[in-house]
Formats: sequence, structure tokens, C-alpha cells
Amino acid sequence: MIGNLDYSTLQHIWWIIASLVGSLFLFLTFVQGGQTLLFTVPRDDDEKALIINSLGRKWELTFTTLVLFGGALFAAFPKFYATSFGGAYWVWMLILFTFIIQAVSYEYRKKPLNFLGSTTYEAFLFVNGSVGILLIGAAVGTFFTGSSFSLNDYNQVTWQTPYRGLEAAKNLFNLSLGLFLVFNARVLGAMYLVNNIDHKTLTDRCRKSAWKSFLWSLPFLLYVLANLLFMKGYARNPETGEIFLQSGKYLQNLLGNPATLALLLLGLLLVIYAVAITCFKGKNNGIWFGGIGTVLVGLAVFFLAGFNNTAFYPSSYDLQSSLTIYNASSSHYTLTAMTYVALSVPFVLAYIAYVWRQMDSKRLTIAELKSENAEEMY
Amino acid sequence: MVEQIDLTQVNWARAQFALTAMYHWIFVPLTLGLSFLVAFFESIYVRTGNEEWKRLTKFWMTLFGINFAIGVATGIIMEFEFGTNWSNYSWMVGDIFGAPLAVEGIFAFFLEATFFAVMFFGWNRVSKGFHLFSTWMVAIGSNLSALWILVANGWMQFPTGMQFNPDTARFEMENFWAILFSPVAISKFTHATSSGFLLGSLFVVGISCWYLLQERHQTMAKRSIIVASVFGLLSATYVGFTGDEAAYTVAQKQPMKLAAMEGLYDGQTSAPLVAAGLINSSKLPGDNQQPFAMEIKIPGLLSLLANRDPGSFVPGINDLVFGNRQQHIIGAQEKIEKGKIALELLRTYKESRKSGDQAIADASLKAFGDYQGNMGYGYLNSPSEAVPPVGITFYAFHIMVVTGAIFPLVLLLILFFQIKGNLASHRWLLYLGILCVPLGYVSQQAGWVLAEVGRQPWAIYGLLPVKVANSNLTSGTVMTTFFLFLGIFTLLLIAEISILAKQINIGPEEN
Repeated sequence: MIGNLDYSTLQHIWWIIASLVGSLFLFLTFVQGGQTLLFTVPRDDDEKALIINSLGRKWELTFTTLVLFGGALFAAFPKFYATSFGGAYWVWMLILFTFIIQAVSYEYRKKPLNFLGSTTYEAFLFVNGSVGILLIGAAVGTFFTGSSFSLNDYNQVTWQTPYRGLEAAKNLFNLSLGLFLVFNARVLGAMYLVNNIDHKTLTDRCRKSAWKSFLWSLPFLLYVLANLLFMKGYARNPETGEIFLQSGKYLQNLLGNPATLALLLLGLLLVIYAVAITCFKGKNNGIWFGGIGTVLVGLAVFFLAGFNNTAFYPSSYDLQSSLTIYNASSSHYTLTAMTYVALSVPFVLAYIAYVWRQMDSKRLTIAELKSENAEEMY
Repeated sequence: MVEQIDLTQVNWARAQFALTAMYHWIFVPLTLGLSFLVAFFESIYVRTGNEEWKRLTKFWMTLFGINFAIGVATGIIMEFEFGTNWSNYSWMVGDIFGAPLAVEGIFAFFLEATFFAVMFFGWNRVSKGFHLFSTWMVAIGSNLSALWILVANGWMQFPTGMQFNPDTARFEMENFWAILFSPVAISKFTHATSSGFLLGSLFVVGISCWYLLQERHQTMAKRSIIVASVFGLLSATYVGFTGDEAAYTVAQKQPMKLAAMEGLYDGQTSAPLVAAGLINSSKLPGDNQQPFAMEIKIPGLLSLLANRDPGSFVPGINDLVFGNRQQHIIGAQEKIEKGKIALELLRTYKESRKSGDQAIADASLKAFGDYQGNMGYGYLNSPSEAVPPVGITFYAFHIMVVTGAIFPLVLLLILFFQIKGNLASHRWLLYLGILCVPLGYVSQQAGWVLAEVGRQPWAIYGLLPVKVANSNLTSGTVMTTFFLFLGIFTLLLIAEISILAKQINIGPEEN
């Protein structure tokens, strides 16, 4: 059956898969959000250790999802990979840099003779959670605001600014999206810790923190949504493939595709519901509603950018260099082969879920951190 | 196709990739080998229920974790660097190269990431059996990730299963299985992973030798030595076989690399293998200088290695540069001429398509078909550009082989005296066991230097030179990121070694 799918269907399927991986990553940024709480929420070393050990059992999932997001885009939309990574060089390099320093920090923070000192590794985690997520948000913002690049006949990219992508952070829309993601990650992080840790005074503080971060996220969210509804969008003429600027393009996409609208509204409601039950009802399972809500909002945002004849990686400098799911994708053969591979994704999700349940059936306590396996704890 | 080439920038980009790859490969082979050794140790623990084995498992697992973290840190940059620094490459071959990277993420990385947490924090949270299963999954996941990236590298060394599409100006995949089961990919995977097993064994044996010298943790050290030296010996044998296979595939698919590995300028029948030599660095293709200042040769062995026939002809650098009619070898000179025609026809095709001149477009496309096989050579300016740096390639190959030959001998001696029960009294052998750890790392690095420097000037062998594979960046930008990575990786490496040394010094928990 997969072998008979036409090219356009495969391109749509792969945009959905890439969007799903990207949105799952946004859910899993609860790790990064949690990392930004390290300097404010815990009151002593034990509480800090609880937070780090709780996040430390999940950070690799987030990291791996980011890597898979990159790999999936490389395989399915190589022109995006080549254009954006090679073009917006600095923004990606800095994002990667924050993930490099994250990867060692859990393991090395508490080990004797760790050369840089515990505080440095904690600062690494904070930078990853704040700067890293902010820049990722700004980079995703350019899916709507566009970047300054052109492609030649051989699809080689020339970037038009010396800032190589960092200019994205000067745009209020991109910046707001980035800041929204940072605060949303903090909300998710706090809700995850509430769910994962058995320590009342600490989790009470997490609940308060979730509420505060949620309030902080609202102005940025509203700014992004209001702009999305009214901004000009990069539309593609389905007959000629030509790209042109269209007023209210994303509003049209939203109204033209009720599923996207439903995803967006349901997602936002779920996040609000999650915050409400976590902060005011004393529930521990907010992370699941908030996480799924984030995934749905993420899907809606990516669908707005990519579907309905829209350029998902537009060039504001040279409209015709803009990337769409049609002109940026891999060949029919590769997309078909990769679709077979993608059939294994539900299996992967299943074993991750199974292991997660096995590992998190008991909540983390200070007693466990000091148990016979203490030397293995982060 | 390429208006101007900024060679300084290309070289900084190469330096940056070499830097990140070499740092990454400090940690990867240990992960590949130690993950299986830990799985063996834990299996013995679960079988026997002996708490001593559990302590032993946990000790090696701690070292595994320290090494793993920095392996992950240095790994993420590699994946994205294809896009950031080699964007033209990413576009031209993304249709083929992206797939293994994505498959690696789905199949392998999630196995590692998911079960790693169980392995370290699941001792009291899951059953003994499930914990053991998780440890095995980490080992299998690590080695599976090596499979896919080595398939991708194998494809760069020997591109297969694809077709050039002039409309998109890129190569497109035609046969996934041809890429996965390419002989070069197979020999890369088997050789690289088994060398990782060997390094993991040397690491465990070396540290255990140190404990014996210190007269600390002796029971643990002896047990570790038995398991690791047996695993190491089996791996070393396999490394030998796969190394022979790798050399054979190089000879068949990348004759220029083989010639450089051996400093062979003039091809010959019954070609001798240079066992050791001093390269004459001023020697150029086509001149009359001697290739070696001094050398020790073994007659006929290179022909045997390259073609499995001691009397066969092995082409040298001069044959491959200038051609050799007698042996039906087309030289780089001729390929460059054809390649330039191919590029010109491609340009004409694109321009006439744009201007709507269909007749010219059709004609140039048809003619392009006859020349496209040599398109990559069209980017080269002179035939000698097709020759990789001979000195580095030659020395890297010989360092790898010589060190690789020492390891099984040392392991065999250590195992022999351990079984006899008097290993601790042979202190020189214990020192030798320790020395093999750094030598193992040298051997690993030399192997990749050979593979990658020997592939020059190509990013994709014969199709795409590195100088047109890069991103359009200024050299200042790439230089900045080079030093940024050099700085951070060096800091992290110092931290890693310091932590590792401290943990080794502390040793396993005593009963």
C-alpha cells in the first residue's frame, strides 16, 4: 500500500511525521524547563538533587527526539536541512552548543574532581533550558516571518545578513515565540516534577512556579496568536509553484482546515486545564494534559506553516527561493522507503511508554537518593 | 556551478569536522565495547546471583556512564554539521544520506536513551531480569547506531544505489538495500565495531592490570581480566579478518586510497607490501624521485591483499593520475576533461530549460548522460589534485596495523598467565597491559584518519570533492566555531579524564 502512495501524499505524510517529532520535542522540553527552575525553586541541596535526578532520567529522551527531528528533516526535506543549517549558521550552532553542555552536566555535576565545579554544570543546564529553547523558538518563528536567503540554480544557499540567523531574534514575533516556549517549558517542567517527586514542600513550590510561568507565558502567546491571525503569509500558487505574499494567509489556513483549528483550540484548552488542576486542585497529573496540549498546539503551528500551499521556510529576500513541502522534499523513492521505516515509530513509542511506566511507578524520594545506590545518583 | 571557491574556508570546515569527529571517536569505541562487557558481567551476576559480580558490574557501568555522556555531547554536533558546514553536500546527497541518519535515530538512539535510565537507576525499580535486558538493549542500541552512521560513511567511500537527477541537481536514491548491503558499508561496520570491542577489552584489562600492580581489588581485577581478555582476543581475531576485508574493498573500490596507503607510485604485478618505511615528502606524481627514504618490503603481499592473488597487478598513483593503457586504467587527467564537459553540458541544459529552448536542452541532456560518470572530476583543476595526502595516509595505515598486531599478543600473554595463576608476578606484562590502553586509542584514531584523509579530495568518492561540498560561509565564521568547539571539547575532555581517573582510583565498592 505504501508503495502506491503518490508523491504529494508522501510529502504531506512526512510533514506530519516531522511535525509530530517536533511537537513531541516541545512536550519533552519539560526537561529544559525544569532545568531553569534549579536556581529558584529548591531551597537546599537535597531538593536540588531531587530535581536533577528526576529530570536526569528523562533528559536523553528529549535530546534524542531533537536528534531525530534533525534526522527526519534531513531524510525527508534535505533542502530545508541544507538551506537552514548552512544558512542560519550561528543560530543553529548556538542551539547545539547549549545541548553539548547539557549532555555532560547531569553525569558530571556531582562527581568528585569534576574540574569545572557543580555550579558550572548547573549553569550549563540553565543556559540549555533558557537560551537553547529561546533560540529554537526564534528559529521556528522564521517559518512564518521568513529569512533573508536566496538559492541559485543548483540550490546553493546565500545568506543575506552577516548575523547568519541570529537576526531572527531581533524580530518581535520570533522573540515572542521563543519566550513563550521558554515559559511553557517551565510550566511543563514544574508539572512534571510535581508528578515525579514525592516531597510536599518542594512540589508545592513547583505548583506556584507553574502558575507564575504560565502568567508570564500569556502575553507572548497572545502576541504570537494575534500576529498569526493578521500577518501576511507566504502562499504558493498551486498551478505554477510561484510564491507570493498574501494577506491573512495563516488565518485562511486556519479557517480552511478545521482540523488545524481544532488542534490549536483543544491544545490551548488542555494546557490551561493542566495548569488549573495543578495549581488550584492539587492534582499531580497535569503534565499529561499539558504535554498533550503542547503537542497539539505544536502540530497546529507546524501545519499552519506547511500545509495548504504555504511556504514553510520562506525567504523574505527572494520569494521564489522559499521552501515548500513540494520543492524541499526527498525523492518519491526515498520518501516511500522512509515511510516503511516510520511504521516502527508506534513500536518505539510503545516501549518508551512501557519503560517510563516501569521506572516511574514509584515517585522519587530523598530516601532513594541516599539509598544503597547513592553513588549512582546524579 | 561554483563561482568561486574559498579554499581557506573549506580547510577550516574540514578542520572543524575532523576535530569533532576525532573527539567523538575518542568516546564511541569504548562505548561500543564496554557496553557489551558490562552486559557480560551483569549476565554472570544474574546467572550466579553472586553479589561480587554485581559490584564489578556496577563499577564498570560507572565508567561507562562517564564516557557515554561526553560521547553524546560530541555526537550531536556531528549530525548537524553536515547541514551547517556541508550544506551543498547535504542538498546533493541528502536524498540518500539523510535516510540512514533518520533510521539511526528511530531504531538505535531511542534504544540507548530509553534503557540507559533503567541501567543506571533501575536497580531497585525493575526486576533483575528486566534490568539485565535493559543493559543488553543499551549495548545493542549503541552498536546499531554505529551500523547506520557507518552505512552512511560507507556510501561516501563507495557511492551506490543512486542516480543523478539533472533537474534537481542532486543524487537520488534508487535502491535502499544496495546502500545498506554495500560491501564497503559491511566491512566498515564490522571492522569499526569489532575494533570498539577490542578497545573496550583493552580498557578493562589495562585498568585491571593497574589494580594488580597496586595490589588492590585483586579478585575483581582477575575476574575482569578473564572475561575481557577472552572477548578482546575474539574481537582482535575478527578485527584482523574484517581489516583484511576492508583493505580488499579499498583496493577494489578506491584504488587511489590503496596506492596512497602503501606509497605505491608505479603500479606493478606481484606488488610488495611496505611493512615499514619513511616517506619522501617532496615526491610528486610523475617525477623521478624515490617514494621512500627507506623501506622494508614483503614481496607479493600487496597484490595478495588487494586482489587475493599474489601475482596480480596493483595500480599505483602514477597509473591512476596519468592513465595506463596496458592495464586499461583511465587516468585522472582524462576523467577531468570528461568531467568538465559534463559540467558544461549540465549548465547548458539548465540555461536552455530556463530560456525555453527545449531542443538544446534535450540534446545537452542526452550528451550529459555519456559524460556524467566523471562529473565529479570536472571540479578538479589538475590531475594531481586527485591524490590524497600520501604521507598521512601511509603512516595512519601503518600505525593502525602495527598497534593492532600488538594487542592480541599482549592479551594472549595476559590470559595465559592469568589462567596459570601467576599474572601478578609478571609486572612487565601488567605495565604492558596498561600501555595498551593509550595505544588502543591511537590505533582507533589512526584508522579513521586513514579512512577519511585517504578519501580526499572527495566528500563522495569520485563524485563530489570536498571543496564544492561546503556551505557558503566566511572563513572567519568557521574559524570561530572551530575554536569554540576546540575550547569546549577540550574542557570537557579534561573534566572527563579527571572524573574517570578519580573513579578508577576509588575503585569498586568493597564488601
